[in-house]
Amino acid sequence: MPMRMNRIRPGIPRSQNFSMDYETVIGLEVHVHLKTKTKVFCGCSTEFGNEANSQVCPVCLGFPGSLPVLNKVALDYAIKAALALNCKVQEYTKFDRKNYFYPDLPKNYQISQYDLPLSRDGFLDIYLDGKNKRIGIRRVHLEEDAGKLIHKEDISLVDFNRTGIPLLEIVSQPDINSPQEAYEYLTALKSILEYLEISDCDMEKGSLRCDANISIKEKSQTELGVKTELKNMNSFKAAKEALAFEIERQGELLDKGKAIIQETRLWDAKELKTLSMRTKEEAMDYHYFPEPDLPPFVITDKKIEEIKKAIPELPQEKKLRFMKEYGLSEYEAKVLVLSKRGAECAEERIKAYPDKNKKPIVNFLIGPLLSEANLRNVGIADLNVSAHDLVELVEFVNTDTISNLVSKSVLSEMIESREASASIIKRKNLIQISDTDVLKNQAEEVIKENPKSVQDYQGGKNNALMFLVGQVMKKTKGKANPKVVQEILRRLLKK
Amino acid sequence: MTITKETVSYVAHLARIQLNPRELEKLSGQLKDILDFINKLGKVDIKNVNPTSHILPINNVLRDDQPQESLSADKALENAPHQEGNFFVVPKIIE
Amino acid sequence: MNKVNLNELTAHELLGKLKKEQTTSEEILSILVKRIKEMDPKVKAYVRVDKSNGQTGHLSCQQAGGRQELAKGQTNLLKGIPVSIKDNICTEGYNTECCSKILEGFKPPYDATVIKKLKEAGALILDSKTNMDEFAFGSSTENSFFGPTHNPWNLDCVPGGSSGGSAAAVAADEAIWALGSDTGGSIRQPASFCGVVGLKPTYGRVSRYGLIAFASSLDQIGPITKDVRDNALLMNVIAAYDPKDSTSVDLKVPDYTKSLGNDIKGMKVAIPAEYFIEGLEAEVKHIVEEAVNKLKELGADYKRVSLPHTEYAVGVYYIIATAEASSNLARFDGVQYGFRSKKPKQSLIEMYKNTRGDGFGDEAKRRIILGTFALSHGYYDAYYLRALKVRTLIKQDFDRVFKEFDCIITPTSPTPAFKIGEKIEDPLKMYLSDIYTISANLAGIPAISIPCGFTKRGLPVGLQILAKPFNEELLFQLAYAYEQNTPWHTTKPKL
Repeated sequence: MPMRMNRIRPGIPRSQNFSMDYETVIGLEVHVHLKTKTKVFCGCSTEFGNEANSQVCPVCLGFPGSLPVLNKVALDYAIKAALALNCKVQEYTKFDRKNYFYPDLPKNYQISQYDLPLSRDGFLDIYLDGKNKRIGIRRVHLEEDAGKLIHKEDISLVDFNRTGIPLLEIVSQPDINSPQEAYEYLTALKSILEYLEISDCDMEKGSLRCDANISIKEKSQTELGVKTELKNMNSFKAAKEALAFEIERQGELLDKGKAIIQETRLWDAKELKTLSMRTKEEAMDYHYFPEPDLPPFVITDKKIEEIKKAIPELPQEKKLRFMKEYGLSEYEAKVLVLSKRGAECAEERIKAYPDKNKKPIVNFLIGPLLSEANLRNVGIADLNVSAHDLVELVEFVNTDTISNLVSKSVLSEMIESREASASIIKRKNLIQISDTDVLKNQAEEVIKENPKSVQDYQGGKNNALMFLVGQVMKKTKGKANPKVVQEILRRLLKK
Repeated sequence: MTITKETVSYVAHLARIQLNPRELEKLSGQLKDILDFINKLGKVDIKNVNPTSHILPINNVLRDDQPQESLSADKALENAPHQEGNFFVVPKIIE
Repeated sequence: MNKVNLNELTAHELLGKLKKEQTTSEEILSILVKRIKEMDPKVKAYVRVDKSNGQTGHLSCQQAGGRQELAKGQTNLLKGIPVSIKDNICTEGYNTECCSKILEGFKPPYDATVIKKLKEAGALILDSKTNMDEFAFGSSTENSFFGPTHNPWNLDCVPGGSSGGSAAAVAADEAIWALGSDTGGSIRQPASFCGVVGLKPTYGRVSRYGLIAFASSLDQIGPITKDVRDNALLMNVIAAYDPKDSTSVDLKVPDYTKSLGNDIKGMKVAIPAEYFIEGLEAEVKHIVEEAVNKLKELGADYKRVSLPHTEYAVGVYYIIATAEASSNLARFDGVQYGFRSKKPKQSLIEMYKNTRGDGFGDEAKRRIILGTFALSHGYYDAYYLRALKVRTLIKQDFDRVFKEFDCIITPTSPTPAFKIGEKIEDPLKMYLSDIYTISANLAGIPAISIPCGFTKRGLPVGLQILAKPFNEELLFQLAYAYEQNTPWHTTKPKL
């Protein structure tokens, strides 16, 4: 076989080069812990972080003679998620046993769903590079989680606290075509699940786990390439990195004319690469069969309607509504709807803003307010700045009472001290100077003090003007209205 | 359809049961006889027959999401062949 | 003067004596224990009997509150009556090992629901359990890790299985009454071999929580007693809806003693042709036909019917039961309880394989492998799925007959008790001894075996009566009528 020419553009990672030769095909499998009080088949608590083997009972330990009984709320949450992901909820669904041996699986089978899952054929829309894209969802079903293993030198320790926590398995169609799309998908999915309040989606706590299947192929090829399974990606960012790495790795192999082995690879977050799992297990025969200890479930239209009513306005809907009602751009709306609490907080403030043109308050929400929130590692709703106070602050900027620059520090102080903006401005004497006479004096002084810059400006260097404006700002301790200063300087220096 | 020694060996592995050669030989023979007997099920006309995986006409057995008492770690580990602190211990899993 | 010993009485007779204060529960227990120590070295109905100290019993909780638990109108005050328990029913803090090496030393941290119910009714639970085929795999109790039980009517013969210990103990007056379990005939066949009464309730009538599972869709716990009245009494206590068991049916439990003594005139009895063919021993056939004639004398009508799929029942059973068993027994792996192989330097997989290879007996291994095979990739449709469909046809045969008839009568077993060692080398031959009992489990219907005579060599023969789901009352009514008009239930083996 002749060596393939390396046709990628040098210096640009292959994952962005995909449009050149190879198309990437990614499918994501996400497992999410449902936020029920008790486990899926028994009454043990689902609390995280307690002493090993203290939240267990004969059922979740799989002791001989124990039997499962399904948690009503787990089922409701699962249906809720399926509906929010636009899936068709099955009228008749049942559980099946997935049989395999592993120490974190006390019965050596997992109660899951196989051929009649709770729901199938849904979708999730993502927004990237100014375009909407629909990612298909193959199925959403309910199952039980396994325990946790701690590996030591010669032994492994088993903690069954996590066994039996309800898991939602969400399997996408292989409609994702780049690591960035994968990232957007995961973000959008997490957002929806948080809106539904059915999961914490905390990858660090293990309440959201993600595995990927990825293959690449030549654009002209109709057949999919050999896929590898990726595991151990512990954050959305890691997933993006792992996928990007894998595209490179597979691309290099194909370039060299080598074959890709179908295998499972683990992401190494330290070395930033994927590693093959050394033991190659033959294709697992789980010998699924219907779970005899659980009679099947019939989900009526009435039940579905009931649960549908409990679904709040979801991110996509809310985004479109913000765009329509408040004139936001798609990007602005996307940022504000990411979290439900944040969206509600933002909307309250937008509504409180008296003007029909919402741009000023929106800019403030996405700009300074969001920055402050990120700095403190919280959401904008946690900043304790009331709608009234925020609107007042934005109005001060609008009326040129204070400058934009000053408003940022005022905001910071409002958050720290809970003082109202008017009071801070008065106390710290931050009112913007817009009086032309006063500013004219300052400007004239600055002109006198900076002859070279004047010369430069009059010689055609526009930057020099901004320098002079800056000097006036300095003299007035940032209180001068920069627009007015600029105008005055222009007039004075016109020759 | 019959069962060979190789199949029995594979299935024993799937079921995680160690068989010595004598056991494998004997078991394969016995299973072959049993399957020959069972194979007469092939004569039954099952067209349009639904499988019975649950004999009772009941559905939707659910319980409330209310916490129940758990076992103490001591009780959970009482029968453990090997334990360390509050953990069950197994030989190292080779990944 | 032939004083009857307390242990030779039925539970209802003892309750009468207790009520009249003619005896105490301590006295009953003490005489029973004496009998066990005297007889059990020959019969071996019990396992792990501590021969060194005096007592083998422990007193259950006897709170006054126990009375309030009983339904109104029920006369089943069990205060002070000892019950013997099969080794696969969990008793908190007391060894429950399914007579298998792999569960050696296992002390469950909880009581089975039936044990809870017995304790609430004031019964005493003997902590030494009765012998059984390992994990209920067998029809002779020869597959027990502790060696076989001997039939009290002929110590060279098997007591039947898998509840052979319970049946033998009752027959030998080493038990007042006992609990067994029935998956394919394991209560009825030993009852018939030992000349006692054994009932398999409707599937879902008695809770399976705490019964160490063999085949989840077939198992039921049931009473093994000296006469029909005792059987009804014990059913009154153990039959109940259990929210811990998803396959438990929420149906009111009648007072089963109420139908005892009711006329059976006009009762329509069906005699299936397929149960009276080659393989049925001539003597047994004759005795059963005599019994049917007796019923006719008492006013019942009988007619020949067909249950056309009878010949497939054993095949269907040995696929479904072994498939479910292979999965139910996967948990026995040495990780959390029971036997773990102590071979040095084992890897995890070696530990699994050695533990299960050494810990399971031959029959267990045979069934697990057969069951795994029936579920495995490529064979699922041809075996497991097909068996589930034929199961439907078997159920439909019964539904059709019960539209016209009140009950079905058959021999319980094609032969009386066979010699120890006679069938153990031929598994298939052993399986075929269940041919008359298996269908009731597949169809989920209740079935009772009552003694109906003896062969020339003095071995008991059993009559089986089957009824519609949840119609145990009819079984008791018919069985009682027959029993009270025959001498069998008062005949005891000469030990």
